This record gives sequence, C-alpha cells and structure tokens, in this order.
Amino acid sequence: MTLLVDVRRRTGAFTLEAAFRSEGALTAFFGPSGSGKTTLVNLIGGLLRPDDGRIEVGGETLVDVAAGRFTPPWRRRVGYVFQDARLFPHLTVAQNIAYGRFFAARRERWADVGRLVDMLGIGALMDRRPGRLSGGERQRVAIGRALAASPRLLLMDEPLASLDEARKAEILPYVERLRDEAGIPIVYVSHAVAEVARLATDIVVLAAGRVAASGPAAEVLARLDLAAPEEREHTAALLDAELESHDEEFGLSRLVTAAGPLVVPRVEAPIGARVRARIRARDVMLALDRPERISALNVLPATVAATAEAEGAADALVRLDAGGAMILARVTRRTVATLGLAPGTPVWAIVKAVSFDRANAPGPRPGTG
Amino acid sequence: MDWLRLSPEEWTAVRLSLRVSIWATVVSLPFGILVAHVLARREFPGKAVLNGLVHLPLILPPVVTGYLLLITFGRRGPVGAFLEAHFGIVFAFRWTGAALACGIMAFPLLVRAVRLSIEAIDPRLEAAAATLGARPAWVFLTVTLPLTLPGIVAGMILTFAKAMGEFGATITFVSNIPGETQTLPTAIYTFLQIPGGETGAARLTLVSIAIAMAALVASELFARRIRRGMDLA
Repeated sequence: MTLLVDVRRRTGAFTLEAAFRSEGALTAFFGPSGSGKTTLVNLIGGLLRPDDGRIEVGGETLVDVAAGRFTPPWRRRVGYVFQDARLFPHLTVAQNIAYGRFFAARRERWADVGRLVDMLGIGALMDRRPGRLSGGERQRVAIGRALAASPRLLLMDEPLASLDEARKAEILPYVERLRDEAGIPIVYVSHAVAEVARLATDIVVLAAGRVAASGPAAEVLARLDLAAPEEREHTAALLDAELESHDEEFGLSRLVTAAGPLVVPRVEAPIGARVRARIRARDVMLALDRPERISALNVLPATVAATAEAEGAADALVRLDAGGAMILARVTRRTVATLGLAPGTPVWAIVKAVSFDRANAPGPRPGTG
Repeated sequence: MDWLRLSPEEWTAVRLSLRVSIWATVVSLPFGILVAHVLARREFPGKAVLNGLVHLPLILPPVVTGYLLLITFGRRGPVGAFLEAHFGIVFAFRWTGAALACGIMAFPLLVRAVRLSIEAIDPRLEAAAATLGARPAWVFLTVTLPLTLPGIVAGMILTFAKAMGEFGATITFVSNIPGETQTLPTAIYTFLQIPGGETGAARLTLVSIAIAMAALVASELFARRIRRGMDLA
C-alpha cells in the first residue's frame, strides 16, 4: 500500500514541510526530537490539519487542502499507538480492545481479536484495568486496541520511548511480528537508530521539519552524512539473507547473502527462511590481503565504494561494495591513510559479529527511493 | 423525646424540600454538563459572557435573582407567559418555581464541579477514541462522560445541598406558602417569627443536618467506588 505525503504546516516559529512516498511494510520516521515526526504522524492520523498539501493512503485521499477535503480521524481507519498508550482508565483491557472493534464497520473488520490477544500475549490481562498494568503491558494492549479497529494503516509514535531497556526488548519482537504478519503498513516514529535499523523497511529522515532523506532502509542507513556522532555506535548495514543450512555439531547456521556466505551462531528458523542480517560498522575490520588462520568465521571480498571522515574525529566510515550489497566499516583515519583506502581498492571485510531481525520476506519494492 | 416528633406541617415542609431539591438537581444536571463541557472544551466568541452569566447567581444577592426570576418567569413575564400558554407550565408561587429558583442558584456550583472534572480529563484520551473510529458524540458518551462521573456526583451533591438550603431567591420568587412553596429554610424562618416556634425550628434544623450529612456520606461512598473501579485508589 502506498503512503503519499506532501504537506505543510506552520505552528509558531516551526514549519513542517514534508513530501515523500513509501510502499514499505514499516516506514520509520527518524530524526531528533523537535524535527516534526509527531506532527507528521498527527497529520496522517487526522489529529492535526495541514495548512496546505495532501495525504493519500492506498489510493484514497485523506486530506487535500486545495480540494477542500478533510477526512475526520474517526473515518480514516488509521490506527494510532501513542507513546503514552492512552488506554481508557475506566475500561478493562478487554473493553479497551473491544472499543475499537465496536466502531469498525462490519464489512471492513479484518482483525481477529482472539489471534491478536494471543500474538501480543495479553490473554491473562483481559480483566485488569490499565492502572494495574506495567508499561510494557500497557503498550501491548495499546497495540491490540489499535489493531482491533481493523485499520488500513498503523501509526506508532515512539511506542517504546517511555520504557526501560528490558521492556523495550519485550515489545520489539511483537512489532517485528506485526510488520511481518499483520499485513498492514506501519509508520513507526523513533529517534533511536538501533530501533529503526532493526525494524524499518523504509526510512524517512526528518530534520528541522524537512525530509532530509527517504527511501529503503538499507540505502538510507548507509548514507554516511546522516550519522550523528552519538549514533555512530549503531551505524550498520543490512543484508537480506536466506538460511541455507544448520551445522548441528558446532551449533552454527549458514546464510546466503548477496555479499557471500555468512556463518553465524545457530538461527532458530527453518531452512529457506528469509532473515535480515545487521552488521554494525564497528564490527567490521578491513584487510588488504586475504587473512589466513584468524578467529573470525566470515571474511568477505569487497571493494571500497567511498570513505567518509568526520571533521576532527579519529575515525572514518568506509562504505564497501560486496557483490552489490553494501557493508559499512568503521576504522581509524590513520588506517585509511596507511592502507591507502580509496574508491576502487579491493579489500577483505572481516565481519566479527552479525545480528538478526526476523525477516519480512523482502520482495521487490517498486517506486521507493 | 416527644419533642422530636415532627408535626404534619413540618413533614410537609420536609417532603416538599426533598422534592424541590431532587427536581432541581435532576433537571439542571444535563444543562450543567452541557454548559460545563462547552466552557471546558470549546473556544468561541462570547465565552466570557456565558461564563459570567452562569456565575451571576453566585455573586448577585439572592433576592435580586429571585426578583429577576419573578419578572421573567412570573405569569406576566415573557418566558413565564410563553411557557404557560404553550406548555401549561407555571412557575409563579408553585413548588416548580421553588425548584427553578434552587436550580438556578445552584447552577454555578454544578457547572464548576463538572467543568473542573472535565478539564482534568486528558484530551488526548478523546483523540485516541477518535482514531479508533468514535465520532465526537460517541467520544463524549463513552470516554468524557464516564471519566467526568466523580465531578458529576460532586456537582449533584452540591446542587442538592444548595437547593435544600436556598432561601432568598425562593421566598422572593414563589413566596412562603405552606404545602406549596414552604421549604425547610422558609419553614424554619416562619417558626422563628412566631412566639414559641423555637422547638419546631430546632426539629427542622436537625432534619436539615441529617439530610446534609446523609448526602455527603453517600457522595463519599460513591466517589470511593468510582476510584476503586478505575484502580486509582
């Protein structure tokens, strides 16, 4: 489903002016606080009106200022998971979830509440009131409530921002399952690179009310100029991979990627499953000669595509082309100089660690970028 | 303890007072909720004027309010004449007029209590309801109203208590007719005007205190139940 946004809205001194188009399963709005992410989501949800412009979801116009069209939020069928959950305190969990379902037109109901409850693991909470739930439970119920209304688009505004790391780890797998199984597109707002890198199929980068970049996640994440110093830790390349075989003796799995085979600690998925491998730039070493007898299992041939050095920083980010796939490596500027790394230099990328998301069966995605 | 027994006339005053207060409370409630909601959630020209009008009975001398009611809702007053001609409703010198006077006098208290309660509701909950498909009227009925319940109960108790004690506007508008418009306060006042009426006045005073306390306890119990229901306690 296509999400098409081209809007302007002015609030005081802040102007949001955003235009992009996305067809991904999970489009992340990424940017620092105050960049206009939430405003944009509220415009899509109908909680705010744009001064000018239009928004389309799946070919249906929700707002078109020039044509004088504005669909009120209660007719948009756009689910919204708020940062603060916003469960109704006077209703039980079961009633909160029934609330959205009640208002959905019968012929538009696709959500199976029983399945939702199972998938979110909230069956044991149904009789409780929101006041008695933990933060993580509240967010899961909020997700269930939004989906029970059978929306055609789900907005999630920093649903993990108010949770601690343990709770985040509790929710993230559910968001991944939603992306892969719910079958409706998700807009996910976050200012955390790690979350975005793990979840997004497409990314819209916002800065000071403008779209700084947008496109498929792998491309946008690899754009060197976007990495702010505090986020470099998370700079990573994404590789779509297929599980080829398991090595029972050593507890390993072998993956096939465009960049070459990867051997990783056993991945709990059936043979042939699609997974997404995330390789952080700081987990990649570079060598000019093929390294022999080293501990790393994965050594991939590649060519340097570009190098970027931040002003005044000791390190540099090297973008590699490995069989058409992109890999990022963080090395020191001195390394770049002594090894003579320049576009076209053949190198060996030594991958020290790979992490995974459950895949969302990446298929061709026309029209993005 | 024989002096505690109420005379038939006193019983009449007590019953009338209860009837007047309950009607004043029940009838003014929907209007009070509506005005409170408008004042809490809407911006419109003339909002300050509406707010001032609602609060007028609180700051005007009750006799003035009673007099204004008399010239508007009396049988020759513009509204009074219209209501009598078209609906057969008469306020002047009837218990209904006493209920009207009490309702008007208590209205600012009702609106204040409900308005504070509505303002305490996070409007983002109402926005959330809208994204779930609820149109504004449904949002009001299913989210705003239930969450306003504590304020509504407080406002009803205040209205009831005020109505039980209203004196100035009532006596000015509908006079002090035993069996028709003589409520507890006007009955007490009448007792104090006649020699040897102190015992009757004392009895009715005790009744007043008992009713007030009962209303207060009832509201407290109800509020506690609501809080427990929402797990806020």
